[in-house]
Amino acid sequence: MGRLSPGITSGRLSDADYEANFADLHPRLDKHEALVASDRCYFCHDAPCMTACPTSIDIPMFIRQISTGNAIGAAHTIFDQNILGGMCARVCPTETLCEQACVRNTAEHRPVEIGRLQRYATDVAIEQNVQFYERAAPTGKSVAVVGAGPAGLAAAHRLAMHGHAVTVFEAKEKSGGLNEYGIATYKATDNIAQREVDYVLSIGGITVKHGQKLGRDFSLADLAARHDAVFLGIGLAGVNGLNVEGENLSGCTDAVEFIEGLRQAKNKADVAIGRSVVVLGGGMTAIDAAVQAKLLGAEEVTIAYRRGKENMNASPFEQDLAASKGVTIRHWLQPKRVLGDGSKVTGIELEYTALTSAGLAGTGETVTLRADQVLKAIGQSFEADGLGGLEIKGGRVVIDAEGRTSMPKVWAGGDCVKLGEDLTVTSVAQGRDAAMSIHRALA
Amino acid sequence: MADLRNNFVGIKSPNPFWLASAPPTDKAYNVERAFKAGWGGVVWKTLGSEGPPVVNVNGPRYGAIWGADRRLLGLNNIELITDRPLQVNLQEMKQVKMNWPDRALIASIMVPCVEEEWKAILPLVEETGADGIELNFGCPHGMSERGMGAAVGQVPEYIEMVVRWCKQYTRMPVITKLTPNITDIRRPARAAKAGGTDAVSLINTINSIVSVDLDTFAPSPTVDGKGTHGGYCGPAVKPIALNMVAEIARDPETYGLPISGIGGVTTWRDAAEFLALGAGNVQVCTAAMTYGFKIVQEMITGLSDWMDSKGHKTLDDISGRAVPNVTDWKYLNLNYISKAHIDQDACIKCGRCHIACEDTSHQAITDMVNGVRQFEVKEEECVGCNLCVNVCPVENCITMVPLAAGTIDQRTGKPVDPNYANWTTHPNNPTAVQAAE
Ligand SMILES: Cc1cc2nc3c(=O)[nH]c(=O)nc-3n(C[C@H](O)[C@H](O)[C@H](O)COP(=O)(O)OP(=O)(O)OC[C@H]3O[C@@H](n4cnc5c(N)ncnc54)[C@H](O)[C@@H]3O)c2cc1C
Ligand SMILES: Cc1cc2nc3c(=O)[nH]c(=O)nc-3n(C[C@H](O)[C@H](O)[C@H](O)COP(=O)(O)O)c2cc1C
Ligand code: SF4
Ligand code: SF4
Ligand code: SF4
Repeated sequence: MGRLSPGITSGRLSDADYEANFADLHPRLDKHEALVASDRCYFCHDAPCMTACPTSIDIPMFIRQISTGNAIGAAHTIFDQNILGGMCARVCPTETLCEQACVRNTAEHRPVEIGRLQRYATDVAIEQNVQFYERAAPTGKSVAVVGAGPAGLAAAHRLAMHGHAVTVFEAKEKSGGLNEYGIATYKATDNIAQREVDYVLSIGGITVKHGQKLGRDFSLADLAARHDAVFLGIGLAGVNGLNVEGENLSGCTDAVEFIEGLRQAKNKADVAIGRSVVVLGGGMTAIDAAVQAKLLGAEEVTIAYRRGKENMNASPFEQDLAASKGVTIRHWLQPKRVLGDGSKVTGIELEYTALTSAGLAGTGETVTLRADQVLKAIGQSFEADGLGGLEIKGGRVVIDAEGRTSMPKVWAGGDCVKLGEDLTVTSVAQGRDAAMSIHRALA
Repeated sequence: MADLRNNFVGIKSPNPFWLASAPPTDKAYNVERAFKAGWGGVVWKTLGSEGPPVVNVNGPRYGAIWGADRRLLGLNNIELITDRPLQVNLQEMKQVKMNWPDRALIASIMVPCVEEEWKAILPLVEETGADGIELNFGCPHGMSERGMGAAVGQVPEYIEMVVRWCKQYTRMPVITKLTPNITDIRRPARAAKAGGTDAVSLINTINSIVSVDLDTFAPSPTVDGKGTHGGYCGPAVKPIALNMVAEIARDPETYGLPISGIGGVTTWRDAAEFLALGAGNVQVCTAAMTYGFKIVQEMITGLSDWMDSKGHKTLDDISGRAVPNVTDWKYLNLNYISKAHIDQDACIKCGRCHIACEDTSHQAITDMVNGVRQFEVKEEECVGCNLCVNVCPVENCITMVPLAAGTIDQRTGKPVDPNYANWTTHPNNPTAVQAAE
């Protein structure tokens, strides 16, 4: 035990360090801060921020409501468009969405703090458990939702609002999808994922069945036969493999799995981490895994990404965050071989890459990094059985603009479809819009 | 959900937010957009007599003052009444009212102070289906030079006379719009009441020069090198308007006279304050001109959410609720004693409270305690004036704490008297009435 212990061990830090490291990344604004921040909004006409929000929240309106002391009204405005506005306020890459589009970003490189204001308003409403929506009179129609992630929850809420009876089938023991199992710990403190699930479900008319897995416990055809409509929001349950030598050595694991373990750990001191950690990938998952590895007490953490800085899916803000926590990001390196002592990881051999006329290619030159843990964050993949003849393309469910799949009565949205970015907020938008399409179809 | 439906002198609207007579209500195009955005009613831009309409300047009409971050705080204008032909306005009003039967549509009128003129225009207006008329006795520039607007509004006898004509020649409810450019707002209100008005609305704009261009030495807005005084409106005038509304609401002679509150209404909160001081509804101009018609949605949701949170069900539950609490200075309780209290955890040690009190008030706040920078109230000096609260940059850092009856006031050394006592009976008052034995 101790900060510099070799191998993968837990308890590298003091309790106080764990607590400080995993505290809220951007704590909630207090009332005065919120008033000052809201005062900066110009209440723009046809506001660019609103256009940039995948759920089209009326941002000028909710900020104005905050500025007049009506945080509850502000929350109402937010939830009208995005019932998971609380989580989105914490996890949206605002620097590439609303805040990038804010005219004050254009004018002075200092956007209105839309995300933090959204958090302020939604926190107030969720804490006071103010419910804005009532179910319409029951329609007698029943809809099955598969997956209780952002897409599934948004769809279920909208369907319940319109009076349909909703049953959610969720493979895991808890609802929330990646909000519960994937989002970085310091973005989702105080059990917000579960509190938000409870808040969303309080509308009533939604039954969630946990431990129910599509492909194992039932098939899509079963659901379609038993319900008037089905919404698939199953995300990406699989992960991509490295397909290099040494991948199966102990200590070489999947980053999403590692984060899931961390998120579910009651006590961060129980989560084991290597002294030297190498993370493979260039997206949000790579950053989150690397930062949290560092926060768990790893001495050195390196992200190795096979392309350049500008190609990284992680935003500049996320990259800066990683750098500020002491993570080293190295570009143009791809894994060649995971090195080990026969059972455990001891290092990794990486090959330099370059763009050639034929695309990305290894240059033949290699570098070896010491590592007792390798985390793979090279992408999740679509994985589901029991879908029958549902059209899948490029590893994702094919949908039209309204969220309809190739099968009658079946809609889909969120990460499991190929449309828009893999973000919480896009999944919410797709779930909500598919629900409206279902509602129209059932009318 | 609170019920925001408004019934103002029999004129019904789905909410108490009307657009005041001004550019936002100048023509059908604007008013249609306003109703779509949710406004409960409009007072159409002031109509003049038949014949060639007035002309406006073709240079700048507006001047303004702003906060450091360009937040518009006060607007000044030199616009006149409508510069479109009367018949065009009347036709459009008729059409709009037909399109929006559930919204209030009021005609604002300003014609010369001659009975025949009023007698001539009223039937034309009535024919549009308008819900009522508003008499513009307020315009402080241009029109007043021609003996109309504020020139009438400043002479109570004229007000009474014109109101009387209107009550005689139309069945429509009459709202008399008052100018604030007068010493005692109760006089014109009483005159309007004497003439039989159904309601008063106030305030119109305040005579003002918002700024002087120090390069050209001309007031702004500057039209070809010259400027004139204009009418001031927007957030900055609200305190003046609130007082005038309250004065009329609590004047025994006009008590109960319906009031449409105008002047600086920008948020739901402003509206709620006008209502509390006795207004039956509010009218808005500058906020719409600054932010667009959509701003009404903030006002509607804000008012409704606040009413819900307080358990107020209808506008009647709040209208006039603050009126009994507005009184004359001489009736304030002189035995009520409060002291400033500084929350040391919240204090950021800027020293503003100290210097304000030290230089300009009662030397009741320290700047140093035992050799360290510290700001503490000296209770033995504090008169409870509230200046420090107002200059402190940290909200709720300084609060005024009332002393409980019986406790010793450190400043006077005397216990706090539990009994109410005001100036009228104070021993220092030479005209004090002696308390009955
Ligand atoms: C580590 C990580 C960090 C991220 N950070 C961010 C971030 O900061 N900001 C951001 O906007 N986005 C982030 N994302 C992306 C975001 O989490 C996803 O885009 C979003 O959660 C997708 O929502 P979804 O509902 O489509 O899928 P999911 O959240 O994956 O939910 C799918 C649900 O379906 C269930 N399910 C799956 N298969 C079955 C089955 N066969 N039967 C029944 N149930 C099933 C799953 O258990 C899960 O509950 C991150 C993703 C990862 C992996
Ligand atoms: C440009 C402009 C033109 C106005 N024209 C009229 C008018 O024609 N008739 C009238 O009664 N009031 C007129 N007003 C006064 C407004 O109706 C209103 O009384 C005043 O602006 C105060 O309200 P506010 O602070 O919400 O702007 C005008 C105000 C402005 C700014
Ligand atoms: S773009 Fe910026 S300033 Fe404009 S409405 Fe949106 S948040 Fe406000
Ligand atoms: S607001 Fe419109 S009409 Fe007025 S000066 Fe600007 S562009 Fe011209
Ligand atoms: S003005 Fe307020 S913050 Fe400044 S020293 Fe006084 S109490 Fe402290």
